[in-house]
Amino acid sequence: MDKIKKILERYPFVERENLIPILQDIQNEYGHLTEDAVKQVGDYLELPTSKIYSVATFYSKFRFQPRGNFHLKICRGTSCQVKGAAKLEQKVFKELNIVDGETTDNGTFSLEVVACMGACGLGPVVSINNRYYTRVDEDKLEEIIEDYREIEQ
Amino acid sequence: MPVTKSQKIKDEIIRTLLEGDIENLEPQDRETVDYLKRDKITQPVISLSYNTASIIAGADETFEAIHEYLEDRDIDARLTQMGSPGLVTAEPLLDVQLPGKAKVTFGNVFPEKVSDILDGVFNNFIPLEYVLGQHPNELHEPWENIPYIHELSFFKTQKRDILKNCGRIDPESIDEYIVNGGYRNFLMSIRNYTPEEVCDLIESSGLRGRGGEGYPTGKKWKNTLNASAEKRFLICNAGESDPGAFMERMIMESDPHSLVEAVAIASYAIGAQKAYIYLESEYEMACRRIQKAIDQARDYGLLGHDIFTSGFNLNIQLHQGAGAYVCGEETALIASLEGKRGMPRPKPPYPSYRGLHNQPTVVNNMETLLNVPVIVRHGSTWYKQTGTAKSAGTKVFSLSGKIERSGLVEIPMGASMREVIYRIGGGLPDNKDLKGLLIGGPAGGALTYEHLDTPIDYEELKELGCTLGSGAMVVMDEETCVLDTVKYYMHLLKEESCGKCIPCREGTRRMHEILENITKRPQEENGSFTLHRFKGVINLEKLAHVVRDTSLCGLGQRAANPIISTISAFRNEYEEHIFERKCRAGVCQELSTFYIDVDKCTGCTICAQKCPTSAIVGSAKKPHFIVQDRCIGCGICYESCKFGAIIRK
Repeated sequence: MDKIKKILERYPFVERENLIPILQDIQNEYGHLTEDAVKQVGDYLELPTSKIYSVATFYSKFRFQPRGNFHLKICRGTSCQVKGAAKLEQKVFKELNIVDGETTDNGTFSLEVVACMGACGLGPVVSINNRYYTRVDEDKLEEIIEDYREIEQ
Repeated sequence: MPVTKSQKIKDEIIRTLLEGDIENLEPQDRETVDYLKRDKITQPVISLSYNTASIIAGADETFEAIHEYLEDRDIDARLTQMGSPGLVTAEPLLDVQLPGKAKVTFGNVFPEKVSDILDGVFNNFIPLEYVLGQHPNELHEPWENIPYIHELSFFKTQKRDILKNCGRIDPESIDEYIVNGGYRNFLMSIRNYTPEEVCDLIESSGLRGRGGEGYPTGKKWKNTLNASAEKRFLICNAGESDPGAFMERMIMESDPHSLVEAVAIASYAIGAQKAYIYLESEYEMACRRIQKAIDQARDYGLLGHDIFTSGFNLNIQLHQGAGAYVCGEETALIASLEGKRGMPRPKPPYPSYRGLHNQPTVVNNMETLLNVPVIVRHGSTWYKQTGTAKSAGTKVFSLSGKIERSGLVEIPMGASMREVIYRIGGGLPDNKDLKGLLIGGPAGGALTYEHLDTPIDYEELKELGCTLGSGAMVVMDEETCVLDTVKYYMHLLKEESCGKCIPCREGTRRMHEILENITKRPQEENGSFTLHRFKGVINLEKLAHVVRDTSLCGLGQRAANPIISTISAFRNEYEEHIFERKCRAGVCQELSTFYIDVDKCTGCTICAQKCPTSAIVGSAKKPHFIVQDRCIGCGICYESCKFGAIIRK
């Protein structure tokens, strides 16, 4: 809880302009937005919780479920798309039963679909906890997920 | 990447340099400048391109390898980082410069190549198989038999005004930016010109907004400058979340100070004391480097209160977007900065009169702003010499898709697509035929090979139903299905539509649905499905026009662009999908029919086991058959067959 207070102290002015930066800071700290955090922000900025949720749910980067230990990012850029990124998303759903923004029940994996990562020549690109994998196909993705499953155990 | 720290440059040197008097420097200060400029060096300088693209390609491992190489052999060299010169397919790039010799660039430098390359260079021998080219400099002795980098076909026809620093300097060093002429244009503006004069200069240069319809930038600035208000704001829109466009991110990672300088000049011209740079938070490295650039500029007194005793105050703030494509629209962006849902509002009033916090606000695309220091430096007459009569200057594209050399490309307005694709991009891989290209991202349009010689400028593209937009240029070959790509764009727009106005919210959904139906195999031939399918097809074009004409903001108005322009450019392909249920590229798998080649089939039964509808029959070790009535065209058998016995038609 003190952490949230510290974040709020960075924004001395009670202005609505600060709402999104505050939520981003909280998400960076905790990995997602908790109900308590949203309430505290509401008290601080003098905004109803409903307003804050209306803003937070509008933007796709805010999560309401904790991140998994292994955070998977799949590039959805046009170049990766042309090279088969959509299949990778289906594969993740098949293997882990999660879609964009969700986390597996055991908290091991979470998925985020991101806009172009900027390595269009090497697509499709997948990253797990900031480690990059290039030219990933379904089989390679299966192997990667398997490797991380083993690490988890 | 830990980098050797460059010497902190002294205050006086900075001041002298910003005044432009290099001649007046003390000899020991000249040394510092030479060191930073790398004109005269005393130890070898090795720079590795370090940006998102090169990290994904493996720059971290390459850095480790270089570091180890230098430590093992006890070589005294300066190891630095640089931005990307734009040639993405050759990342990671490595520049090596020996004292007195010309700088040489190597491409695709993976860890295992490091010792070969460095062994060679330190023994005065350049390994030809890895080299891209050398950089000419009259102070340096050129290498023999090594091509010059600006003569490579990728760089030869480019005109690099905006990208001139990319790949040349360390993006995290303000000193290197200043010794290469940085911030001088900003200081010249605030000292020698009034805000009106800067606006006049930009107006006379003919600079037009690069993001959308090409509104004259100088005019926009003047509207804001002349609006009476207590506060004015400048917003730099660098939040491209366009799939396939990586140019803004790459420029910010390679040359963040240019953007800070451009924003500073623009703020001065419109009388804003606060400016925002908006970019997506998922561009972590770009965010970090921009923030660092702002902090460094503030430390040097180039931002803040009473800048260089001119009386001008400026504060630049980085605002990280939280992921909403619609925030590329200026009123939605303003709402997002105010801490609200990023939804657009009707215009007028235009933001130039009532924008952020109801004050006059200029929202400029990042590339537009990057042209400003160039114009201030060279003047409007010089600037107008590049480009066409109505579209002056250059345009940066991110070239990707089915192309030999993908990367960041800057060409004069009016150049042809042929030049970009075949000369700069090196054509399509494996000599495949060009089908067309998508220009301007999901809200852009499509061009076919017939348009290859069309000059690229606002008017010509508008006539063809395209916009310059985000500068994404995705090349399609015969194996890319137009409908599939448009369907993908429509899926994205459907997800990103903010939901405020009905034509966009419902229209994108329906258009996506219709495209899904066209690219799908019918579940039943005789029911109402077929009727629905045809009704949809008939209405698709009509619907697209309604969405275009009645949507509230740019996102909706342009959402139908891909459909309208691809229907006119690739009508036969649409018709093939609809009437013959055939995808000539073989991408729409549900439309494909699969057969088993009896001569190749060994009867291993793998396909029969994997088939989700049990459509494959046959006994073990004997050729199998596909029952077409049961086949749903998923293609699992095609992918699982190890003998290539399954044929797709």
